[in-house]
Amino acid sequence: MENAQYYRSLSRNLVSIVIVVSFTPLLLIAALIGYSFETSYKGKSIAYLKETVKRNQQNIDVFLSEKLDYLKVLSRSYTFEELTDEKFLARKLAILQDAYGGVFVDLGVVNSQGIQVAYAGMFKLERADYSKAEWFKTAMKRTHFISDVFLGLRRSPHFIVSIKHNWRGEDYILRATVDFVQFNSLVENVRIGETGHAFIMNRAGEFQTKVGPETEANREFYMALLQKNGLKWEDGGLDAVSGVPSFTYSYWDSPYKEIILTGEGRRGGDDFVYIMTPLKSGEWVLVFQQDKSDAFRDLRRARFLALAILLLGGASIAVTAILVSRKMVSRIEMSDREKEMMNEQVIETGKLASVGELAAGIAHEINNPVAIMVEEAGWIEDLLRDETQMEASKLEEVKRALTQINTQGERCKEITHKLLSFARRTDPRVVEVNINEVLEEILSISEQRSKFSNVKLEKNLDPDLPHIMASPSELQQVFLNLINNSLDAIGTGGGTITVTSRLADDRLVVDVADTGTGMPKAILARIFEPFFTTKPVGKGTGLGLAICYGIIKKMGGDITVNSAVGVGTTMHVYLPVPKGAVP
Amino acid sequence: MNATADERMEKLKVLLVDDEKGYAEVLAKRMALRGIAVSVALSGTEAIRMLRGEQFDAAVLDLKLEDMDGIEILKIFKKMDPAMPVIMVTGHGSETAARQGMEFGAFDYLMKPCNLNVLMEKIRQACHR
Repeated sequence: MENAQYYRSLSRNLVSIVIVVSFTPLLLIAALIGYSFETSYKGKSIAYLKETVKRNQQNIDVFLSEKLDYLKVLSRSYTFEELTDEKFLARKLAILQDAYGGVFVDLGVVNSQGIQVAYAGMFKLERADYSKAEWFKTAMKRTHFISDVFLGLRRSPHFIVSIKHNWRGEDYILRATVDFVQFNSLVENVRIGETGHAFIMNRAGEFQTKVGPETEANREFYMALLQKNGLKWEDGGLDAVSGVPSFTYSYWDSPYKEIILTGEGRRGGDDFVYIMTPLKSGEWVLVFQQDKSDAFRDLRRARFLALAILLLGGASIAVTAILVSRKMVSRIEMSDREKEMMNEQVIETGKLASVGELAAGIAHEINNPVAIMVEEAGWIEDLLRDETQMEASKLEEVKRALTQINTQGERCKEITHKLLSFARRTDPRVVEVNINEVLEEILSISEQRSKFSNVKLEKNLDPDLPHIMASPSELQQVFLNLINNSLDAIGTGGGTITVTSRLADDRLVVDVADTGTGMPKAILARIFEPFFTTKPVGKGTGLGLAICYGIIKKMGGDITVNSAVGVGTTMHVYLPVPKGAVP
Repeated sequence: MNATADERMEKLKVLLVDDEKGYAEVLAKRMALRGIAVSVALSGTEAIRMLRGEQFDAAVLDLKLEDMDGIEILKIFKKMDPAMPVIMVTGHGSETAARQGMEFGAFDYLMKPCNLNVLMEKIRQACHR
């Protein structure tokens, strides 16, 4: 089946061409739009997050500098004596607590030796010695200081805000403890989406706010980041060396306001984005972290939608490509077959024509010698007319022989005439035809073969039929074919073929009925199909009835068939009668 | 047929044009026996030459000749002697040519090989119109 393979590969090629041609731009556009959409969406999202983080950085810085400001006001407004009066200090604390709702836990004054000389608050920390405390050492080096969160003497997380002031040549420190819970809520309130949250770390990687276990686990990751980027912040971060105020509480003047680190990280299969910005002059960092799936939720939805559209579109393109290609290929196959059939038909007609020409040539050549023989016999007859010498019986015998020559000459003439009229059968010219003459001619041609097959040819021709317009040679071809098929159907066992011509409903009908084997329905349905044959390979082309059908259809007629297995087959040929020709 | 009937008929002069020599000769002999003076022409050119020199009562013309087309010869005959009837003889299957010949003024046509009696009858009809 080389052909089937050819059409299959043709179909495959068509499908792949259509798919490639339509998918390439689709995929390119999808990729391009997807990429630029994703980039711009991510950029926007990150920008929004950055803005939020900046705002919060500002809030926190403002919160811290505010607290520092109160202490500064206190230290500048009152003398050391006043501040070390614990009753006075307690009053001031009460005012602050009243105004700021418990942000200030306690107040204390620490002298340069690290001894807390005055204290107001809930803890019993009078005369506490801070000389060894890390915050005290740092605080003494600066004009103001905000410590990291630590447990300290009270064993609970807190941090210290302190101002160094000089009183009569001696430094002292006014310090306040800031409630961790209040500070923490400031950061905890930064929540975006489901997983976006903020926290604060110091430069050593210690969390300055409450964090969940998941964030806790990210410590290493942020530590590494801090170490990588920490150097930058160190330069102006501490005033220990220069002595200038290290903490500019105006955010907008901060040299770090633009330092915002953004990036992506991955932990335990969850991708997240982070935004990092320095706080407290770079001693702390505010970190915002959100799962990517959460941060880019809309992007994911859009991506999913695009993918779905792409898949659906792709599927429909593929299905369409396959269906259309199949249809096209089957059309091509059909037209190829038709062409092949036409070729066969042309070859068949050509063969018939050349056989016909040959026969006509021979018939013509034989005509003349036969005519001469007949005439010579006639001449002998003429000469013998006056013969008296010859014995009467001999004369009779010679005359009988001459008659025989004449008769046989006539027979030859008939044969050549038949051959010649058969030879003309490939002539498609349409003329006025008496159908009965055509049928008689075909019957006489078929006589020899039917005698051989022991088949009786019966005719039942209506003599009053109108003439029709048709090509006699084509009609001959049709009926010769039908009668040959009937003869084949009967075989050598003998039977009858009846040819009937009649008029029915303004149409001329010719029935060719045989008493042959008949055909089952399955075969009956296909007999007009080209190349369909029940004859063994090489015996039939499967074209006979297809050509007949084509000829009759072309004339505007029709062929139908009735058949019963074991009873026989009748073919009905309907021929159109010209208008006005019906009597 | 009998000789007296033939003799009653005045001696007709007929030009027989056929390139099959054997056929033309035997036909001529048989027609002569029936009282017709037959001149045989074996080609179109010969026929035209003979018609130029002589007058014939009728012509029997085979439409299929080797040198010239039968219809052309007929046209020439009709030009040379419009009164002379021409009986055409054609092979089977060339009825179209014969019918065409009728349009150009031929008297009638016969299928070849033709029966002598029929041919004689046609000649008589043609000459005694």
